[in-house]
Order: sequence, then C-alpha cells, then structure tokens
Amino acid sequence: MAKKIIENKYQESTETKIDTEKRDFLFLTTGGLAIAGGALTAWSLINTMNPAKDVLALSSTEVDLTPIDEGQSLTVMWRGKPVFIKHRTQIEIQEAREVDIDSLKHKDLDESRVKNPSWLVVLGVCTHLGCVPLGQKVGDAKGDFGGWFCPCHGSHYDTSGRIRKGPAPLNLEVPPYEFVSEEIIKIG
Amino acid sequence: MQVKSNNYTGVKKWVDERLPVFSFVEDNLTNYPTPKNLSYFWNFGSLAGITLVIMIVTGILLAMQYTANSDLAFDSVERIMRDVNNGWLLRYLHMNGAHMFFIVVYIHIFRGLYYGSYKSPREILWMLGVTILLLMMATAFMGYVLPWGQMSFWGATVITNLFSAFPIIGESIVTFLWGGFSVDNPTLSRFFVLHYLLPFAIVGVVVLHIVALHMHGSNNPLGIDVKSDGDTIPFHPYYTVKDYYGLGVFLIFYLGLVFFAPNFLGHPDNYIPADPLVTPAHIVPEWYFLPFYAILRAVPDKLMGVLLMFSAVAVLFILPWLDTHKVRSSQFRPYYKQFFWLFFVNCFVLGWVGAMPAEGIYVTISRIATAYYFIFFLVIMPLLSKFEKGRVLPSSIASSVLSDKFESAPDQSFAK
Repeated sequence: MAKKIIENKYQESTETKIDTEKRDFLFLTTGGLAIAGGALTAWSLINTMNPAKDVLALSSTEVDLTPIDEGQSLTVMWRGKPVFIKHRTQIEIQEAREVDIDSLKHKDLDESRVKNPSWLVVLGVCTHLGCVPLGQKVGDAKGDFGGWFCPCHGSHYDTSGRIRKGPAPLNLEVPPYEFVSEEIIKIG
Repeated sequence: MQVKSNNYTGVKKWVDERLPVFSFVEDNLTNYPTPKNLSYFWNFGSLAGITLVIMIVTGILLAMQYTANSDLAFDSVERIMRDVNNGWLLRYLHMNGAHMFFIVVYIHIFRGLYYGSYKSPREILWMLGVTILLLMMATAFMGYVLPWGQMSFWGATVITNLFSAFPIIGESIVTFLWGGFSVDNPTLSRFFVLHYLLPFAIVGVVVLHIVALHMHGSNNPLGIDVKSDGDTIPFHPYYTVKDYYGLGVFLIFYLGLVFFAPNFLGHPDNYIPADPLVTPAHIVPEWYFLPFYAILRAVPDKLMGVLLMFSAVAVLFILPWLDTHKVRSSQFRPYYKQFFWLFFVNCFVLGWVGAMPAEGIYVTISRIATAYYFIFFLVIMPLLSKFEKGRVLPSSIASSVLSDKFESAPDQSFAK
C-alpha cells in the first residue's frame, strides 16, 4: 500500500504541477544569455579582421614642402593611399574660388578645403570606386576643370579637388593635416 | 532496428549492412534511372563537377608554392612559372580552368533557363545552383587578386569599394574587408585563406545540389515527367559513356587553351606588379563578370548601380516564382522561346559593352540591355505565365522517342 501512494505522489508532481511560468522564465533567460554570449564571442572573432594596431600606428606622415615649386605637385603615401599635395598658382586658386557654389554636385567652399590657399592637400583616391586620378605629372590629362581626371570611369575634379563631372558622388577627401612649421606638414 | 536488406553476398554484404557504399553507388550512379532523351546539354553538370575537382587539385598544389604576402606574392607566382617543375602547367591549368568553369556553368544555367529546369518540383535544386554561382564568383574574384599584379590590385580596390556605396556603414564595411585603409597585405592574406576555403564550401553545396537533383531526377528536353520505366535508362553505362565523350571534347578545348593560348582570356596588365600609386588606364574585370559590370556602369548613381548589379544575380533566386507557366520546355512555348533567345543575345551585348569605355553610345546600349535583362525576368516571365498558350505536350518520353523514328517532322505531330 505504501508503495502505491509514493507512486501516486510521483505522478502528481510530474504531470499535474508543472510551473509553466517558471519554465518560460528559465527558457527565456537561458536563451537570452546564450544569444548575448554568442554575439559577444562572434564580435570578438569578427573584430580580429578590422585594422590591427600596427596598421593604425602608421597613421601619420610628415612632408617637407620646400622642394615643391609653384605649379608642381607631389604624391606621398599615407595609410597605404596616395595623398596629392598641390602647390597651386594664383590662377588655379582664383579658378577654385570663383566657381558658383550652387552649381557644384558636392557643395564645398575652397576656403574650407585648405589651410593655406597655396597648398591643396587631398587624398588621391577617386570617390567613385577608389582609382587614383591622373593629373599629378606633367603631361597627364587633368580633365575639363584643370585638376584631376579619373581614367576608370571618367570623373573630372577641379583645382580644389571638387567633383565637377562624372559618376563620383563626392569631392576628393581632405585628410586631417596640420602645418608643423611654414614648410612642413604632418598628415594624419 | 531493421537492417535494410541487400542482395549482396560475403564481404560485400557485410560491409554494405554497416556502411551502404555499394547500394549507394548502385542507387545513385549505376542503376540510377535517367530520362532516355537527354541531349548533350545535359553534359554540363558533370563537366562542372569535374572542373571543380581539377581546380581543387591544381589549387592545392599551387598553394604549396605560393606566398600570400604583398611583398612576395608576385615573385612567388613568377617562381612557379619559371622554377617549379611543371609549375607553368599547374598555373595555366588553374587559370584557364577558372575560365572553363564559368563557360561550363553559364551553359548549364542557360540550359536550365531554356528547358524550365527550375520549375516545380526543382525550385530548391535551382536555388542551390544559384548559391554555387555566387560562391564561384566570390572565389574567382579573390583568386584573381592573389598574383598581386596591377589588375589584381585595382580589381580588388574597385570591387571592395562597391560596398562603400551603402550609406552610413559603407566606409566601415570597406575598412573591415581590407583590414586597413587600403588594399594591402592584410587584404591579400585573408583573400588567400578564403580562396582556399570557399571551394570546399562549394563542394558542400554541390552535394546538396545532387541530393536535391536525385529527389526527382533530371529534367529533360521535353520537360515532361518520367511516367514509367519505359521512359528511363540506367545511368551506367549509357550516360557515363555520354559524359566521358563530352569530357573528351571539353578537354580538347580546355587543353587547347592551356597549351596554345594560355593568356588569351587574361589581361596583360596583370603581369605588372601591383602599384598602389598608378591605376591602369582601363580596368576591365574578367570576361565572366563583364555583363554584371555593364549593369553597374549603366546607372549614373553609385548606390543604385551597386544595388542593381547585386539584383541581377539575386533575381535568379526567385525565378521559379516569376515563371509559373505549367509547361517547362521552351520547345512547347513558342513565345517564351523567342524572348529567351533575345535574353541570350542580350547577355552577350552586356558583356561586350562591359568591356568598352563607359562613354557615348556604349552607355546608351548598356542602359537598353540592362533594362531588357530585368524586363525579361520581372515583366515578360510573369506575363507569359499568364497568357502564353503552350503547344500540346507528347504523352510520354518513350512515345516521343518512338515518333522521332517513324515521322519526319516530330514537332508538328505534337502541335496537333
């Protein structure tokens, strides 16, 4: 007899008294924690593919401007990308400043793109798909606006590095830089 | 547990009861019932599989000689060409194998489009195939970067920059893909790893593709279902022999390229080492990407161009639900057939303008061709599904094979 009672009690506890609220709580908290843990683990793994510290450490370059005469250009590497440094002539500065700002695709004043009007510093990377535009060397095609011309898909940039014609959506990017002295700039 | 009985004896029986290798081969290869009317267009599936094996074997051997470092990669490829025993052969087999892989797979896809192989009950089979195509494109693109020539470098730059078109997150995606601020050593080493990994992912999807295929068997030129044993023949020896013959013709073509014109389909600029400061005058992707490249350039807006190019492949995924016509084969769909051939020619037009500079008349042509590419899938297919009246289908595969023998114009006999 005693044995039967125990059996009944056992059945009762498993079949009739399931605390569903408690089960839902356990299920949701366990599941939630597993998802959060999984996402954190995944991110720490995925993040290994982002730029490493040594890559980030190469992020500044100093350039001496003295050898660049008026009208000349220099290309330097910064973060694996070419930077165009252009010693602009008075005519080129004038051209860049006389443009009607409303006619531009990416509206930006020349004044806000330079620290010293004689020196234009821009990334030599076309904002369309990343080619290096022509126009740094003597004899290069400079495009319809006297600045640079991208041979890949035909974007034309003016003497302020602004997009004037072609598929590129934005002006050539101005990298962060400062004049360390009159003749030396530090990019990055 | 009930053990599946087999008709083998001795060791064969003992093994097969524990691991069904013999009955598996019998069910899926030797005795596998196959429609008796398959044409040579049905060779391209097995050819694609063989090409995949050739690519993996030559690729593994190349990886033993190649160095995935931006300072050493170009020279290590030249070393393979000059110093490694038969290295030139390995590399040319692998390089031209990639071209052949795309030729074979594109024919395979056009065959599926023509004979309605994507229709019920083969929708998942088709979608797995499109997945393979996507994986192949990613693998081929990354493989082309490895020699670290000018086209490698600038192709990688242009293609990864496509992702910068997405608003807000675009730039971070590109930096993430590069592992830096430009295409450089971190990019090269991860591309090498993925280029080695993805082919095995392709093998996995190919296995699923074949499992899905064997659920309902091959489609056939008539596009009608197999109705009785009279409609089929065993795969071996009939189709093993046919596939072997096709393989022979394929190898003549493939090895002809390898031995007599190994660089015919390549680009000479890729024999110039990568230079991050100089972009080649004409950046042109490999021929198998040209139609998609043409679609990208047809749109003046950067983001829209990128989205449209991705849609050009994505639209294939929903194809079984765009063309819901009950008749599979174009042989019995007079209107679809004409639009199909126009689509076929249109793909070549897209490929041609993709290789031309993006200016003048070429832009106009690429826009018209891009429009037709999408109109074919999104407008013509649903409309024809609704309004096209198909011809009368033959009652069975066997009966049409017989009528082929006895009547001079079988097509008209179906029409009545």
